[in-house]
Amino acid sequence: MEEVLKVENLSKEFPGVKALENVSFNLYEGEVHALVGENGAGKSTLIKILTGALSATKGKITLFGKSYEKLDPILTQQIGITAVYQEMVLANYLNVVDNVFLGIEPSKFGFDKKGEKIKKLRELMKSLNYDGVIDPKTEVRNLSAAQQGMVAIMRALVRNARILIFDEPTASLSDREVKILFSVIKNLQKHGISIIYISHRLEEVFDISDRISVLKDGKLVGEKITSETNSNDLIKMMVGREVEVNVYDKDRKVGEELFRCENLTNEKVKNVSFSLKSGEIVGLYGLIGSGRTELARAIFGADKLFTGKLFINGREVKLKSPVISKKNNLSYLPEDRRRQGLALQLGVKLNVNLASYNKRSNFGFVDLKKERFVTLDLVKALEIKTPSISQKVSNLSGGTQQKVVVAKWLAAKSRIFIMDEPTVGIDVGAKNEIYKIINRLAKEGSSVLFISSYMPELIAICDRIFVMKDGKFVAEVKRKDFSEENILKMAI
Amino acid sequence: MPKSVSNIESKRPSRLSLLMNTQALVLVVIVVLWIYLAIASPYFFTLHNIRGLFSQDAIVGVLGVGELFTIITGGIDLSVGTVAALVNIIFTLTVLGNVSIPLAIVISLAIAVGIGLVNGILIYEINIPPFIATLGTMTVADGAALLLSGGTNISGLPISISTFGTGNFLGLPNLFWILIVSIVVGEVILRYTTFGRYVYAMGSNVEAAKLSGVNTRRTIYLVYTLSGLFAGIGGIMITARLWMGIPTSGLNLNLDAIAAAAIGGASLFGAQGSSIGVLLGSIVMATILNGTVLLNINTFWQEVITGLLIVATVALDQLRSKSKYTFVRKF
Repeated sequence: MEEVLKVENLSKEFPGVKALENVSFNLYEGEVHALVGENGAGKSTLIKILTGALSATKGKITLFGKSYEKLDPILTQQIGITAVYQEMVLANYLNVVDNVFLGIEPSKFGFDKKGEKIKKLRELMKSLNYDGVIDPKTEVRNLSAAQQGMVAIMRALVRNARILIFDEPTASLSDREVKILFSVIKNLQKHGISIIYISHRLEEVFDISDRISVLKDGKLVGEKITSETNSNDLIKMMVGREVEVNVYDKDRKVGEELFRCENLTNEKVKNVSFSLKSGEIVGLYGLIGSGRTELARAIFGADKLFTGKLFINGREVKLKSPVISKKNNLSYLPEDRRRQGLALQLGVKLNVNLASYNKRSNFGFVDLKKERFVTLDLVKALEIKTPSISQKVSNLSGGTQQKVVVAKWLAAKSRIFIMDEPTVGIDVGAKNEIYKIINRLAKEGSSVLFISSYMPELIAICDRIFVMKDGKFVAEVKRKDFSEENILKMAI
Repeated sequence: MPKSVSNIESKRPSRLSLLMNTQALVLVVIVVLWIYLAIASPYFFTLHNIRGLFSQDAIVGVLGVGELFTIITGGIDLSVGTVAALVNIIFTLTVLGNVSIPLAIVISLAIAVGIGLVNGILIYEINIPPFIATLGTMTVADGAALLLSGGTNISGLPISISTFGTGNFLGLPNLFWILIVSIVVGEVILRYTTFGRYVYAMGSNVEAAKLSGVNTRRTIYLVYTLSGLFAGIGGIMITARLWMGIPTSGLNLNLDAIAAAAIGGASLFGAQGSSIGVLLGSIVMATILNGTVLLNINTFWQEVITGLLIVATVALDQLRSKSKYTFVRKF
């Protein structure tokens, strides 16, 4: 078999973080090579380098026998590498055939040759055994996620793609759709297309791949022929990452129950019940698509709940909107702080006070003194590194921005904190400061629900961990039983 | 970049200084225009002319203040001018119908506020883009003004209204004083009230505001209601100035109000803008109008010059802040 892709000693450094370290990886013609590893292991960085979205700090990439120092998106498309992303980038209001040929329409004097497009597309669908499943003239927005995925695949194929990268392609597919996708992938293999397949779901990886590589903390820790390994071996390789030292605070006093929910259910959340006590830090672990963010948003009133009851301080509450949740001292720190947590063009002061202006006003007028003092106090207490309290938050580093979001809820005198990936995308030093803050919140009597897909940090700081999968709570693990391996097994 | 926390207060607020820069720039534009006009026309710096200029800019300015609130939230209100014209007709008709002037004012303003509220409801509850929702109300208000007036000008208002419209107080036109009060009210709301903070926050990031427990519904309702209220005040001012009801008196004002806010530093992408900027923006607009008349420039040229100046002023500001092309929404 011919080697189509060879990556040698690839490294990528971001300020303060080594995202990839000396990774070597290869791919043969017609092969499915799976890439597994926990979130933050470096999979996406590798893909971004291969598709030319990022350039490597160091290392060599050889494609179809030719070496490249640097790739860019136009070059990779010419060579024939395409990533089929989780969120498809299709023109929703155009039909299938127009999407597939977008930008490379066969034309005569600038006029579209519609008949030829449709003929070509039908041939392609026939060769993939996908004939008659979708009508080429349907608008893409009317297709299911799986069908949209197929459109993206075909779009890559008409551009002569020879290497396809699938990044979590099955996250939103039903079992039946997964089967169709897999039969298409097998067909692609027969046509000599090579595939890099990224997934959290190990059983799928065993179904579809020929070889499996495991990434951990930016390093390649193993490469196995699929038929010669099993999922326990893989899990062992994936876990065992460095755990932050001594962040667990034993001196916290766990008090009475602050928060309880019963049988929460909506589209993505299935029958979830749990409670939080004052002084407690509780982890919530789940892979992408497990419903953890949806659960947090539903509790906070940002999304709808179909059924379920919520209790705060033992009293039943109806949290129909964030406005009401806030009044009940509940807070939610969203996963994507730039898009959901901060008013980026505005200053630190406004952002810190945004959730608590109702507490800082007389007849609608802001108490400017209080506004300033509260900000200064919190800037000092959380060591928010900003040149001034009027600094635009867009100019602050990721860790500092996260502290501003925390400060916002401290200013609102919140007592129940739901933190969704509070340390994502921030450097190690800032992470430790966030852990310190979380410990302090709990010590002062608050409850923290710490949602993360980075297990070492949950194991380091939490009293117990809930494991979530497919919208359900599948386990509750006490601190004495913490084991990265077991928790990962339950989540996968 | 990050410095020690200790001397945190000594620095000047950056957002304010940025706005100051924008406003300083517009002020420079005004000064340059005025110097040029003073040299070109001996009549420019007479009391009569300056008074005329100030009362000319007053109506656009008042509409601009309401407009500003919608623009800061990232929205827009295309209806302010035609709502003002509708109020002009309604106010005229009610006064002619022997309703006392104070009561007529209350009725007219209530209708303007009601239209603003309808805008708010369309935009928040039904999620119609502000541009489309207010385009609709703009057209409806225009039609209603024509229907109510029968398409003709209505005269016969008491002389007291005209006296007020052309009168002065402390040496400046009454209408200009209404503008000053409106600008101050706008500035105070934006700068010192919680509502003002929410207006900026929503313009910067609606999702973040919502997830911070900001009452976004109330904020949007208030913003468009305020815009309606200022449009109503503008309509009364039009009546005082024209001393009659003219159904088409608001057509240009829709865009003039937006232009005044934009020249004064309001960003159509939200989260930026100030009331004082609107004052300066409206003075720029009135100065061009006044200048072209004084210099005997063809009125058609006047439109061309206004257009060029709007683009030039905003372009200068964008170049200064080195903004890149960000005017495409990405999904």
